[in-house]
Amino acid sequence: MYTRIERSATGLELTLTGAWRAVNLPAIDAELSGIDWDGATLLSVSTREAELLDLSGAWRLRKLLQQVAAAGTRIEWRTPEPELLHLVEKTLAEGGPPVPPTSSESFFQPISALGQRVMVRVEDAKSGLDFIGRVAAMSGAVLTSWRRLRPISVARHVYDTGITAIPIVALIAFLITIIIAYISAEELRQFGAEIYVVDTVTIGVLRELGVLLTAIIVAGRSGSAFAAEIGAMKLNEEVDALRASGVNPIEVLVLPRLSGLVIALPLLTVVADAIGLAAGAVLCKFLLDMSLIQYLTEMKSAIGPTTFWVGVIKAPVFALLIALSACYRGLQVRDSSRELGRLTTVAVVQSIFLVILADAIFAVAFWQLDI
Amino acid sequence: MMATVATPAIEVRGLVNRFGRQVVHDGLDMTVQTGEVFGIVGGSGSGKSVLLRTILGLHQPQAGEVRLEGRKLTGLSEQELHGYKARYGVTFQHGALFSSLTVIQNVQLPMLEHLSLDAATRDALALLKIRLVGLAESDAHKYPSQLSGGMVKRAALARALALDPPLLFLDEPTSGLDPISAAAFDSLLMDLQRQLKLTVVMITHDLDTIFRTCNRVGVIVDRKMLTDTLAGISSNPHPWIQAYFHGERAARYGAVDHAVPSDGVPRGA
Repeated sequence: MYTRIERSATGLELTLTGAWRAVNLPAIDAELSGIDWDGATLLSVSTREAELLDLSGAWRLRKLLQQVAAAGTRIEWRTPEPELLHLVEKTLAEGGPPVPPTSSESFFQPISALGQRVMVRVEDAKSGLDFIGRVAAMSGAVLTSWRRLRPISVARHVYDTGITAIPIVALIAFLITIIIAYISAEELRQFGAEIYVVDTVTIGVLRELGVLLTAIIVAGRSGSAFAAEIGAMKLNEEVDALRASGVNPIEVLVLPRLSGLVIALPLLTVVADAIGLAAGAVLCKFLLDMSLIQYLTEMKSAIGPTTFWVGVIKAPVFALLIALSACYRGLQVRDSSRELGRLTTVAVVQSIFLVILADAIFAVAFWQLDI
Repeated sequence: MMATVATPAIEVRGLVNRFGRQVVHDGLDMTVQTGEVFGIVGGSGSGKSVLLRTILGLHQPQAGEVRLEGRKLTGLSEQELHGYKARYGVTFQHGALFSSLTVIQNVQLPMLEHLSLDAATRDALALLKIRLVGLAESDAHKYPSQLSGGMVKRAALARALALDPPLLFLDEPTSGLDPISAAAFDSLLMDLQRQLKLTVVMITHDLDTIFRTCNRVGVIVDRKMLTDTLAGISSNPHPWIQAYFHGERAARYGAVDHAVPSDGVPRGA
């Protein structure tokens, strides 16, 4: 119970009871809607029995009194008018008219939205190219001195993106090779050509799987780390602090990550290749009863002069794509933590996409070059 | 306000906070009476923020107890603490507004968590709070990154007041503001404190703010708290307190002679 209504000779007497506070507003609303105000010319209000009337309660009381007054009822106070009512009155009275949130729906809205999205993409592509240009120019400038190459920072990134990724890369290379070898063994056995399992594994791992798997794992692992690290620094105004101290953020944030990853990814690829070939040997031994000597001999004949290099040469290119898109998205973060999450996601998705696209281009190019 | 009230708004007894081998608080006591404005002062690293976090229930102390309006807070589970969190509002040093929400959404967030109001009421109450702290209605739909430093402090105050709490905690409310904005913020705070009958606990380094607003001051020295009125504390012989209140910085206030604002009446008294 938050109100008590008594009818007197002159009109209605409203007595507030209980706690008029925000948490009770739904109950107060329900109770007030059940009151019949009809015919009253005078409403006399008392707050003597109210346990509490806080700001939200005062706001509700003001709303009620405004409604009653609008219906032509005079309001009279039996107790002094609460101070908070004045405060609410004063607060809401001063200042201009209410400003509605801007949302203009028009007939052309879908078209203009489409246009805006296209323009956003165009701008994005332009600033991406601008970023690549800056990185290229800066890497030229950095090559002039040993100190500006920041070897310690680069080493840290080789460790973070390379050394610490070895276990997961090795495990996944092992498992995927087992799957490939197993499926091809099933198929080739029908033709009595189990021996070609070795060729499938060797060529598949060295040319494609080793490097592609590694790049995708690294894109998820280090791409997100780059974007989030740089993005958090951006939010924390650390990037501005670097600029203000005359340090180029591309030189200290982007280039060490880029060169670290360009060094680490080929090395990781070699690890993935080795583990993949070892997994093939294990499977051939236990599934096809092939001796290790036989496996190695067949492997040697399957490997051409370029097989290994065709795979490894792609790694630095993939590293470049991953590092560039992750750092670029990281530097785009501004204003809010939601942007940080969004752009980190964009960085990972985009770098995986770019890696696969580049791999497809490589495949076509190598085929044309007959390598 | 009255000097003696049955239950103090905040009571901290024998608080011990240790991080590894570093002892931050060692038997710290603190009492804040209902309706007073209490300033917490201390050197950097003296554990002001840890004390605040302990009182807010964000940090469990190694020993000692915290009572809010007579109810023991220490040793409660997250769930039990949840209800108490509607009893106080906090502003953090850097505003800590949620950067992905607009000002009005920031103010509504505590309401959504603790109250079940319909959207129209929530909007109206949130706008009332936003107007109350001196922001314009057009600021309500701005994001924190679009606000100036002073506006961020005000928006944070509006969020702290979202649930009409009787207790207000402010961590460095005027840091980073120019003296004029800081003075405006102080007078806004004093108006609200008087009209909403708030109990205010603030951490501040700003002597202006202390002299303008505080009834009593607690100084954290040697891992304990010394509490007194402004006049009392500034005559305390402890060297840190002497340096703080009687240093070059404080000299212009004439802190020694009359530790009250220039109109001669201690605020909130």
